[in-house]
Parts: sequence; structure tokens; C-alpha cells
Amino acid sequence: MLIKELSAIPGVSGDETRIRNFIREKLAARGLKNYTDALGNLYVSKEGRGKGEDPGLMLCAHMDEVGLMVSSIEKSGHLRFYKVGGVYEPALISKPVKIGPDDVYGVIGAKAIHLQKAEERKKALGPENLYIDIGAKNKDDAEKAVKIGDYVSFYSEASCYKNLVRGKALDNRAGCAALLEILQRDFPCSFTAVFTVQEEVGIRGARVAAYRVNPRMALVLETTIAADTPGIKEYEQSTVLGDGPAFTVKDDSVIAHPRLLERLIQVAEKQQRPYQFRRYGGSFTDAGAVTTSRGGVAAGVISTPCRYIHSPLSMLNQKDWHHLVEIVDGFIRSIDEKGLEV
Amino acid sequence: MDMEGLLRKLTEEDGVSGYEKKVAGIAAGAFSPYVDDTRTDNLGNLIFLKKGQGNSPPRLLICAHMDEIGLIVTKVEENGFLRFTSLGGFDARTLPGQAVNIYGRDKVPGIIGFKLPPLYTEQEKGQGVKMEDLFLDTALTPEVVRETIAVGSVAAIERKYLTLQHNSRAGKAFDDRAGIVALWQCARELHKIRHEADLYLVATVQEEVGTRGAVVSTFGISPDLGIAVDVCHGDFPGALEQETSPLTKGPVVTSGPNIHPFIAEKLLHVAAEYHLPYQRDVSPGPTGTDARAIQITMEGVPTGLLSIPLRYMHTSVELVDLEDIKVAGLLLARFVAAVDRAFVEGLVCL
Repeated sequence: MLIKELSAIPGVSGDETRIRNFIREKLAARGLKNYTDALGNLYVSKEGRGKGEDPGLMLCAHMDEVGLMVSSIEKSGHLRFYKVGGVYEPALISKPVKIGPDDVYGVIGAKAIHLQKAEERKKALGPENLYIDIGAKNKDDAEKAVKIGDYVSFYSEASCYKNLVRGKALDNRAGCAALLEILQRDFPCSFTAVFTVQEEVGIRGARVAAYRVNPRMALVLETTIAADTPGIKEYEQSTVLGDGPAFTVKDDSVIAHPRLLERLIQVAEKQQRPYQFRRYGGSFTDAGAVTTSRGGVAAGVISTPCRYIHSPLSMLNQKDWHHLVEIVDGFIRSIDEKGLEV
Repeated sequence: MDMEGLLRKLTEEDGVSGYEKKVAGIAAGAFSPYVDDTRTDNLGNLIFLKKGQGNSPPRLLICAHMDEIGLIVTKVEENGFLRFTSLGGFDARTLPGQAVNIYGRDKVPGIIGFKLPPLYTEQEKGQGVKMEDLFLDTALTPEVVRETIAVGSVAAIERKYLTLQHNSRAGKAFDDRAGIVALWQCARELHKIRHEADLYLVATVQEEVGTRGAVVSTFGISPDLGIAVDVCHGDFPGALEQETSPLTKGPVVTSGPNIHPFIAEKLLHVAAEYHLPYQRDVSPGPTGTDARAIQITMEGVPTGLLSIPLRYMHTSVELVDLEDIKVAGLLLARFVAAVDRAFVEGLVCL
């Protein structure tokens, strides 16, 4: 299963080589020509089968994931780390990780409960109290296996049960999988697909990608928090797992172009597919970088709801993802048929 | 199967306290070539007998527990989320975002869910995660959850065995399946060594909830001498030296009121004789191991404790050194071979 395969591959922001190469292989297998830029964004110019005008559409999905980075190696051989992107800190404890290009395994341990005083247990443990143990004898020994600056990704086996997928980095490998699925279909109009880098550290890949592609309009394929979990009031639930893909009206980086949003709704209604609106107005997406590119680009976001994003293990419903793919498909076709006045 | 293969198999399997059957199945298969008899008692303790060559063989018990700390469902919420409590001692802070397997009518994968970050008030930030803020999340519809899972369903943390540098290995339930592997190593070694004593090797149940397996298995076997094999706290940054034992320096022989002094002495003597690395520690009262139960069974059983240093105990990334486990097994075998009728008789003349 494509989401599962993509989930397993490390690709922390700034270290997207392996995930990019994996996607490239998939593209090559489908005979799709692609190219990259200086930051590592991966582009596909998808030729339309029709003879109509090029609508200037860009689709993008970020391929990077949140993770860690080795910041220093202690005398004992333990590794200190920085966060890369907005990692949910309490979920770091008691987790395995993969370090560097050779996938050196390590663990983020914690002091045994037996050795703690009651007071200690009440305090949160953040990166300043945590370290990675690779089982090295000392600093010299550790340096044979890892180095300062090595990227660290979470190691969580992906699995499927019924229509649910559980794994790391589903934000945004689900978006990458959707874009790959779209790319193997034929459409009457041309468009450019971009697998972007560095979304999680400030939507940096999308900025240069939008400049290069110079689109009139863009649709971002994302994965967003399903906040339908205990302790959250109904009106605070940004999205609900299983209620269909989510359309963004606004987040901290973008206000979705009203006509583009309207079109997404029309497509979903016509296809009789469930959809929802993302109710949390915060955080940012690639759409923020795209919409302010050059003279301005009409942008929108469609997301698969996913529980526990930005932690080592997240979970999504494949039905939501499937609906997302079909709505994106319908959206592209509607652009060809009717255009979009931006 | 080699030692590492067994450790991998045992620690990737789920077997929380009271539900050790699958782990017992793996152990039974692995031990069978090296033992004369295998049986299970009423609580699920797995008991192997390796017969000695003595005319009036002393009865030795060596045990390690095969259960692991786990979770148990206390409430199925209307929306399908599951509230839980722990079986054994978890630090709640080690739980958010863990992969779990929930055992209802089916084995259902889930995640230990947590309160989402924007929902923490300023005051709550900086505070450790509390057990009551956590829940099990299967992402299934409430109907499917209710068909499959109920109050009382148990859950285990899911974790793949990890190969770290050199002989370092990490995973879950190394406490105390590393001990089971040491017992297996001992049985294998004794295949080549003559020993007078009848040796009962026991994979005990329910240690993490109060050493209950050891209570009944020691009664059932009624040994002249008992040794618990467990794990002890390994060294880590910021650890107090007196509370921890470094990894790679060999197994640890404990002394203290829970331990018969002659047994500790004999273990140390045998280790020195066979040039096996070892360490010592002390426990000023009943140890947190099966040894505490063995000692006060019936009229009292002379007890010893041998421990394998392990970092990050009761997390799902417990870390050990393979060589420490192997040496523990060799030391146990040499100890068994060195025990005769005279030695066990001497234990009751203090």
C-alpha cells in the first residue's frame, strides 16, 4: 500500500533525499519525467491529453516530515538533539529512532520509574532533558557511527487494520501518495505537480517552487490534525476522522481563494462525497508560500484528517484519503471544462 | 535458534501480567531440546525440569519472569475511545504516542492518545503527562469498538527489537525476558556439564503485579534453594552510581536480607573460578524481584538473585548488552554444577 510504503521512509526537513528518490522511482516506473531544483523540490510537468489552454494549475504536496537532528555527542556517547519542525515533545520519550544516512538505530530512554522521586514524575521532559542512546561505549565510539548534524527520524512500523493506516509521517506522505495517484491518471489539461521540501520548517520549498512554476492557481494536498479526541469540545474539533477530506477556509498562512474553495465544494457535492471544513484557523501550509508568490496566486488546501500528527505515530482513515483523491481528480477536470476566474 | 533469535522472538511478543500464554509457547519450544520435562501450573508458570545425576539430588529452582507491564481497559467511552489503567508500574510520561495491541475478540492495533498540544493551558505546560489524560485510540467506529473490545481487555505496547551498536539491544519486555534467555543459556550449557542437582527452570507469571507466579511455583516445586534472575538498573547519564550497574561488566550478584549469604558467596566464587565478569550490589530489604517471594515460601527457601543490567527499565526501549545475558547463563550453569547435597544442607545451618 502506497501510503504505508511512503510512511516508512525517512525524510526529515532538509534531508529529503531518500523520500525524493523513492518518489522518483515511482514516477519513473510510470514513465513520468521529473526534475529537481537547488532545494530539492521534485517537479513533474504533466501533459494534458486535450488541446485546450493550459490553465496554469500547480498541485503540491510536501514530502518532508518533522524529526530531530543530532546537536552534540556527550563524553558518555549519548546524543543530544534539536527538534526539526514542530515535534510534539511529550511523545518523544520511550521511542526508537533512526539516525543519519545509514539508519543507525537509537532509543530515547527515560529514567526508570523506580529511581524517580514523586516530584520528578510531575515534570514534563523536553529535549533539554532527553538524549538518544545508540549503545555506544563513549564519544569516540559513537562518532564512528553518527555525527553532529545527522538527521533523526522516528522509527515506527506502518501497519493497516480494516481501513485505518497507522504509521509515522502520514503528514504528509498521505498527500504525496494522493499526488502520485493523481499523476498516474490522464487528464485533458496540463498541470505541474511538485513534491516540496522543508514545509515543516517554514514552508520554504513551496516558496521557490511557486516562483519557478509561476502558476495562476494552486491546490495543496495536505494532512491535517483530526482533533476529535477526548478532552476537546465539539466546536474545537478541527477535523473529524472519517468525515471526509477537509477544505481550508483560512489558516495562519493563507486565505483560500473563495472561487477555488467554492469549486472544491461543487465538485464534492457533484460527486456526492463527504467533506468537511478545517475548523482550526491556525498553523501554516505550503499554500501560504504559494499564494504570495510573485504577483499572487489563487490557492486552496485539501487535507486528509489524521490523528496525532507531529508525533512518532499517527493514524488516518483510507476512506478520507480515497475521497480526497477523487475530489482532486474532479477538480482538475472541472478546471479544464470551466476554467476558474481568479 | 540462537540466543539473539530467542530474545528477539520473546520480546516482540505480547504477554502482559496474567496473559503470558503466547510468550510461554515460545519459551516452551526453545527450552525443549535441553530439558527432561515441561509442565505448566495453575497460574500459568512454565516449569522445566533438567534432571541431575546425583543419587539424592538436591532440588534447585532458578526462575525469571515472562510477564511484562501492560494496560487494561477500564471504560469504553461512547465515542469509542478506551480509558485504561496500568498492569504494573508505568511512568505515564513514557506512554503518549505508543503503538499498542489491544486484545479483545481480535488483536486490534491502536495508539495511546493524548490531549492535543493547543489544549494545554499555560499552567499544564511543563507538567508531566498524567495517566488520566491518556486513552487508547483504535480510530474504529464506536460500534466496531464495542463489538470487539470490552472493559477488562488488556493491551500491550508494540515494539520491534532494535539492534544498536556492538552488543547493545533495545526493545520492550527485556525486563525480564532477558532473564528467560539467561535461563535458556544455562539449560543449554548444562547439556554439556555434569550436575548433581535436579534443576527446575521456571518462567514465572505475574511478577509485575506482585511476584505471584513465584509464590505458587516455589510452593509447587519446594526447592532446597532458589535463584531469581531479573534485571537491575543500568547506568545512564545523571544516574547515581550506587543505584546503577554499568552495562557490559557482567551480571550482578545481590547481597542483603533477601539473599542467603552462602548463595551470594558461591555465585561470586564460581564467577571468579571460571573468569566470568560479574558485579555486586546490595539491597537493604526485600528485592523487587521474584526473590522476595521465593525466600518466604513454606518454611523458608535459601534464595539468591542474579541480575542483568538494563537501562530505562519499564519503558518500551529497555536496553541491554547481549554478552551480559550470556555470561549470566554461563554463571548459572557453573553454579548449578557446583551445588551438591552437602552445600544445600549447609544452607540451613546458620
